[in-house]
Amino acid sequence: MSSYKIIDHEYDVVVLGAGGSGLRAAVGLSEAGLKTACVSKVFPTRSHTSAAQGGISAALGNMGEDDWRWHMYDTVKGADWLGDQDSIEYLCKEAPAAVLELEKYGVPFSRTEDGKIYQRPFGGMTKNYGNETVQRTCAAADRTGHAILHTLYGQALKHNTEFFIEYFALDLIMKDGACKGLIAWNLNDGTIHRFRSHITIIATGGYGKVYYSATSAHTCTGDGNAMVLRAGLPLQDMEFVQFHPTGIYGHGTLISEGVRGEGGYLVNSKGERFMERYAPKAKDLASRDVVSRSIAVEINEGRGIGKEQDHVHLHIDHLDPKVIEERLPGISEASKLFANVDVTKEPIPVVPTVHYNMGGIPTNYKAEVLTVNGSEKTVPGLMAIGEAACVSVHGANRLGSNSLIDLVVFGRAAAKRAAELVKPGMKHDEIDESETNRCLDRFDKLRNSQGSNPTSELRLSMQKTMQSKCAVFRSEKTLKEGVDEIRKPFEGMESLSVKDKSLIFNTDLVETLEFDNLIRQAITTMDSAYHRKESRGAHAREDFPKRDDENYMQHTLSWCNGSKTKINYRPVHRSTLTNDVQYFPPQERVY
Amino acid sequence: MVQFNLPSNSKIKKGQYYKDKTGSKNIRKVNVYRWDPSKNENPRIDTYEVDMDNCSSKVLDILNKIKNEIDPSIAYRRSCAHGVCGSCAMNMNGKNGLACTKSHSELDGDIDIYPLPHLKVLKDLIGDLSTLYKQYESVEPWLKTTKINDKENIQTKEDRAKLDGLYECIMCACCSTSCPSYWWNGEKYLGPAVLLQAYRWIIDSRDEDRKERLKKVADELKLYRCHTILNCTNACPKGLNPAKAIAEIKKMLATA
Repeated sequence: MSSYKIIDHEYDVVVLGAGGSGLRAAVGLSEAGLKTACVSKVFPTRSHTSAAQGGISAALGNMGEDDWRWHMYDTVKGADWLGDQDSIEYLCKEAPAAVLELEKYGVPFSRTEDGKIYQRPFGGMTKNYGNETVQRTCAAADRTGHAILHTLYGQALKHNTEFFIEYFALDLIMKDGACKGLIAWNLNDGTIHRFRSHITIIATGGYGKVYYSATSAHTCTGDGNAMVLRAGLPLQDMEFVQFHPTGIYGHGTLISEGVRGEGGYLVNSKGERFMERYAPKAKDLASRDVVSRSIAVEINEGRGIGKEQDHVHLHIDHLDPKVIEERLPGISEASKLFANVDVTKEPIPVVPTVHYNMGGIPTNYKAEVLTVNGSEKTVPGLMAIGEAACVSVHGANRLGSNSLIDLVVFGRAAAKRAAELVKPGMKHDEIDESETNRCLDRFDKLRNSQGSNPTSELRLSMQKTMQSKCAVFRSEKTLKEGVDEIRKPFEGMESLSVKDKSLIFNTDLVETLEFDNLIRQAITTMDSAYHRKESRGAHAREDFPKRDDENYMQHTLSWCNGSKTKINYRPVHRSTLTNDVQYFPPQERVY
Repeated sequence: MVQFNLPSNSKIKKGQYYKDKTGSKNIRKVNVYRWDPSKNENPRIDTYEVDMDNCSSKVLDILNKIKNEIDPSIAYRRSCAHGVCGSCAMNMNGKNGLACTKSHSELDGDIDIYPLPHLKVLKDLIGDLSTLYKQYESVEPWLKTTKINDKENIQTKEDRAKLDGLYECIMCACCSTSCPSYWWNGEKYLGPAVLLQAYRWIIDSRDEDRKERLKKVADELKLYRCHTILNCTNACPKGLNPAKAIAEIKKMLATA
């Protein structure tokens, strides 16, 4: 291994990632008096939370009666009963306080006539256990994520959180099955930094970029997930990838579900409002997996729109332009920019597009990372939150506006739990150099790759395979082919080409490290999907069209070593956290 | 003797020319500013011939195409690709903007891509925004209120509407780096991006610190270096009006 300059740091807690969940955790940790570092590969307000549009769910009841138990039922049902109900109870019960806290932080929420936080209808959000639509999704126009992210960054500044910005994390430091910190590369000056910490909180977001077409940012590469895999720990429920029903056709830009919440609707080439056939009650506001599948069926059966009959139309041209201007200004702008459409006059061409990863790092409701070794147990020193984590509150399918609330509720929970476990200034363990050497060996090897396969080619091959073999509908045949094919880009890394050898803002190497992270998650996703022989939520098998509660009320756990995976399962938690609410037993899921 | 010419290491040289290898009949020349801090060389302009028949509509698509297919060493920031994260702010044919929302069909002739003006360059198209970020921190961008209870603040629709055109700012720095006053006094003048953010908190009806906030920016250099040149408003890729926000602050101070 060549020699790298290593700079050592000691912190009580290190947060990796500065999106909504990472920032909320960092604020709580700083408030608790813990010496906290927040490490991020991008400046905090560039994080992908900024792209969240429609809103954040919480049973505030500002726009009619609501109850967190109804929110819980909707989430359990949306998750197709794969969610852990203890965690879902925690999420929905804590949600109202978490949103009010954001308001106090300064989030510029839209307002009702009497000056309260405005709430809009959203897919799968209902009143009285599935009976009628409820207005539960708190919104700042259609820029809610942006508003929350910027506000949380302000709060972190207020609390003097120490940021390490444009540092790319390489690996966790593990010792005897516990996490002792992480190693990161400072892009600004090329130095390597070793952070020792009592607790490391992973908040690195999703890995949408394993697919060719995704609403995800270029930076959504699930770096923390891959670090966990390399540390010999499993990821959970990776087969559950959410396709958002309305990405702009040809470009993939997100068009918020809030559009349908405000009265927008989908039509096929015959001009039919086809959702009425698939979800007679909820129609266009059925949950996302249902709407995406319905669009896919319409297209597969020849009722798609356009030359290739490969998309459908989303109409809001019947709405009052004033409503569009006040509540949906961002999507008007995006439609103009990326589809050249004036939404007040024409429909938006849309197609289901990869949007969210329900799977990720398994945790309990306190954000502590779990593994299975005989029985379920926590990994000392390691936590995960946000899209990187699989708590699991979203189970097999996340409801729209439940992701932003997940960020702040569990960001807060992580900080609270860390403050219980760590006392300011506790002494750090000695760590063997072998962890650092292992990490830098990989870094150095990738950096000095002299082969013939550019990273961009391997990445494209991975993305195309995921797009064609692990899409909205899956089967034994496509998945078997996928399991074989997805290993080819991994093998291609044996002859990798990295042209730039420098250390300062070497984005060629950054993209290579990101690819190394993505491909491991692509493999675990494909293998997990292959092994789940049922249909549940976002995982729709043509050859196993029914949900199979007898065999699969279980979370998939997948370990990955090189291109080899090990698949195991752990049972879904079938009880609630307290007696405030009863367990919701599995039912048939109709909207 | 006073030296009037630029130091020799700041002169931009002609760089490499990457000829098209696809045989495309629809070629566009793209000139990109390059500088590598680890090499002791002058900045240069590399020219790439890009096949426009297989390129999506935005300038960022061109850069991604160059990086993926021609030259992986080119460095630029990018993330969301739809104009909300503010990463890919750069100068395209002489005007600041976001590469991910700027259509290349709107640019005439060869395309010239430079980093945002007047920033220290870290590498290629990546500029150093740390001063701007520190200035942002200095306006204390968080709500100041003494109300401690578990209820939300009530804000009328009219008061909330005052934040429109302000809270949408993505801090891409297109405005500040297009402002001549900020070029000359960037260390002391807060610049349009940060002043717009300052005004966002000044005008928030929930904030109880308006007087103090106004007092803090009422400074010859921090605020009054704005000479209403209006480059900022012209540059904003989100259609915001920082110049108006600055004028509002000045008006509040004048009428206070």
